[in-house]
Amino acid sequence: MTEERLTARCLSKKTKYILSAAAIIAVLALVWVLEQNIPPTSSWSMLFTVIKKGAIYSLVVVSMNLLNGFTGLFSLGQAGFMLIGAYAYAIFAIPVEAKDSVYQYYEPLIGFSVPEMLTNAMGGAGTVGGTLGEYLGVIILMLFAGLVTAGIAFLIGLPVLRLKSDYLAIASLGFAEIIRTIFQWDGLGSVTNGSNLLRKFPTFSSSLFPLIVSGLCIAIIVLLINSSYGRAFKAIRDDEIAAEAMGVNLFKHKQLSFVISSFFTGIGGAMLAMFQATVNATPFTSNMTYELLLIVVIGGIGSVTGSVIGSFLFIACSEWWLRFLDEGQFLGMDADFMRPGFRKVVFALIIICIVLFYSRGIMGTREFSWDGVFNFFRTLPTRLVAFFKALPGRLVAFFKALPGRIVKFFKTLPSRISGKVKKLTGKTKNSKNNHINNTDKREEAQ
Amino acid sequence: MSKENVLRVSDITMQFGGVVAVDDLSLEVNKGEIIGLIGPNGAGKTTAFNVITGVYAPTNGAVALNGEVIVENHPQGKMKNLYKGKNDGKYKDVKVLTPDKITKLGVARTFQNIRLYKGMTVFENVLVAMHMNLESGIFGATFRSGKAKREEAQMREDAMNLLRMFDLEKNKDDLATSLPYGKQRHLEIARALATKPKLLLLDEPAAGMNPQESAELMRLVERIRDEFDLSVLMIEHHMQVVMGICERIYVLDYGALIAQGNPEEIQNNPRVIEAYLGVDD
Repeated sequence: MTEERLTARCLSKKTKYILSAAAIIAVLALVWVLEQNIPPTSSWSMLFTVIKKGAIYSLVVVSMNLLNGFTGLFSLGQAGFMLIGAYAYAIFAIPVEAKDSVYQYYEPLIGFSVPEMLTNAMGGAGTVGGTLGEYLGVIILMLFAGLVTAGIAFLIGLPVLRLKSDYLAIASLGFAEIIRTIFQWDGLGSVTNGSNLLRKFPTFSSSLFPLIVSGLCIAIIVLLINSSYGRAFKAIRDDEIAAEAMGVNLFKHKQLSFVISSFFTGIGGAMLAMFQATVNATPFTSNMTYELLLIVVIGGIGSVTGSVIGSFLFIACSEWWLRFLDEGQFLGMDADFMRPGFRKVVFALIIICIVLFYSRGIMGTREFSWDGVFNFFRTLPTRLVAFFKALPGRLVAFFKALPGRIVKFFKTLPSRISGKVKKLTGKTKNSKNNHINNTDKREEAQ
Repeated sequence: MSKENVLRVSDITMQFGGVVAVDDLSLEVNKGEIIGLIGPNGAGKTTAFNVITGVYAPTNGAVALNGEVIVENHPQGKMKNLYKGKNDGKYKDVKVLTPDKITKLGVARTFQNIRLYKGMTVFENVLVAMHMNLESGIFGATFRSGKAKREEAQMREDAMNLLRMFDLEKNKDDLATSLPYGKQRHLEIARALATKPKLLLLDEPAAGMNPQESAELMRLVERIRDEFDLSVLMIEHHMQVVMGICERIYVLDYGALIAQGNPEEIQNNPRVIEAYLGVDD
């Protein structure tokens, strides 16, 4: 009986579609209602920052996961590609009258603004057609930002994707830093405004915009992953040699994955520019890439669901939930150590714990599915009962064994430490042999 | 009786630095034949496979598939002075194809140390091998165009048929690495067949199998040859298997070909006995 209850049951395809559509509409409606009812002065308005930034980060992290988790390319160029997207959007979106005040020290080279042109072409500011025109312009520019990023990624990919693992990571990281420096270069000031801010371009005010755009983009990535090309990517991740032997053109598929990932990263960058309302190259350092990589790891390498959950959790923690740590109060008392920055200490500790004890991340390589959700709740009572039935016995056993374990730990400690030391010193002695082995391997790889 | 030639390896020499791994190897596989390549450990059998499938570019020599040269090379650069092999100067052209291109031309292989895609299911492992024949582009495949849908459905059907033939359809949704060892070997063969090859290279298919499993494997290889209209070139250490199904056998020792012929000739060849069989039995 119990066995039958514990086996997975599947829902029909139609039910799943209906459930998904209902869930999406419910989330969007909920966000819309909340936006109407929570005033910006309320502390709950932080929720919208989290939704906006979380949605943007989700897209960027999912596209990073497409590279790292699904194609097995350890690339660290994400921040650089976001930067390209952000600038590609901002430069062409600043209205003409605002250009002089934005480009204070330079003569602006781009003398037009795409959203403005479309607004005027479709009926002028203030009219319905004009508003639609502005939206259209913004969307065209976001696609443009993605395409520019993808184009530059294509060029960078030509040399970089011939490298493997760590070398690829270092090279892509280097290229990202080069991109940042180029955008800050004085000589390009008339386009990028040098190291000064770009601002006054159209932005979004509702959280629905990033939610919908990110949702669409992630849906496309999921479709790609589930297509034949996605399978080829995974084959490359699992075994390059076998993938090539089965007719998968390695370079072509790596390049595809790299370019597509960069395309969506570029769109994410454009949205980040809108979210911040200003663009400056300074924050797009390798630190940002590490942050994204961290979310990929926390969510689960090779899980889109994990990346999305990870993004929202990460942003919520860093922007909202851990803020109270910076406010100098602890349980109502003044606490000196809770000064600004303490949040980051706690945050770092949480992350270390996750990486140490939960290294497969929240989702591992699993994905969200309605079947999974239903089976989880259906089998929950049975599992809870079993858990609590077994609990007293387990606790007793644990405490009974504890003294013995502690004694054993301290008894074996000296021998274990000396063993480690021996291992370390032995390694240095064998380093010559290791070197020979390495050259053999390299020859084999050729 | 001249049969149609499928694979012709001519004067292949593969030299790594100063080490000659394969020395002046020539062999032929004709249509419908099952050919064995044997030799003691380190004789250069797998290296020969790697040259045929494009993993290595040979130092000297040529490989032709169905009469068309797919790989040709001669010593270049530093190798000009280092080269220790024969036939220097016989080959003038340089033609090197990557493994995926050679697979597309109809050469499929399995690996000595099983190389299945670890993170994928049995079914997906076979589907990946059909990816190279996909005609729809990445946009069509992502947005599920009509053509892509038809192709995907066809791929799934073909993959299912293959799995059925190898008695793997019950394990369809299991992770490939969770299969027992023998079934993993079968899956590797199924995956190779999914590329629709004309020539199948098997690298020690019976390794780690007991006599009964080996006997099953022999029948399986013969069945594959007949049903898929293939030629087979196999590396094998189990003499029972090699002598049982191979029509001709090539024997390698220290990279060089020391004997070739049908099983009886090989069994009675003193050089082979000296190099290999004498030690084995």
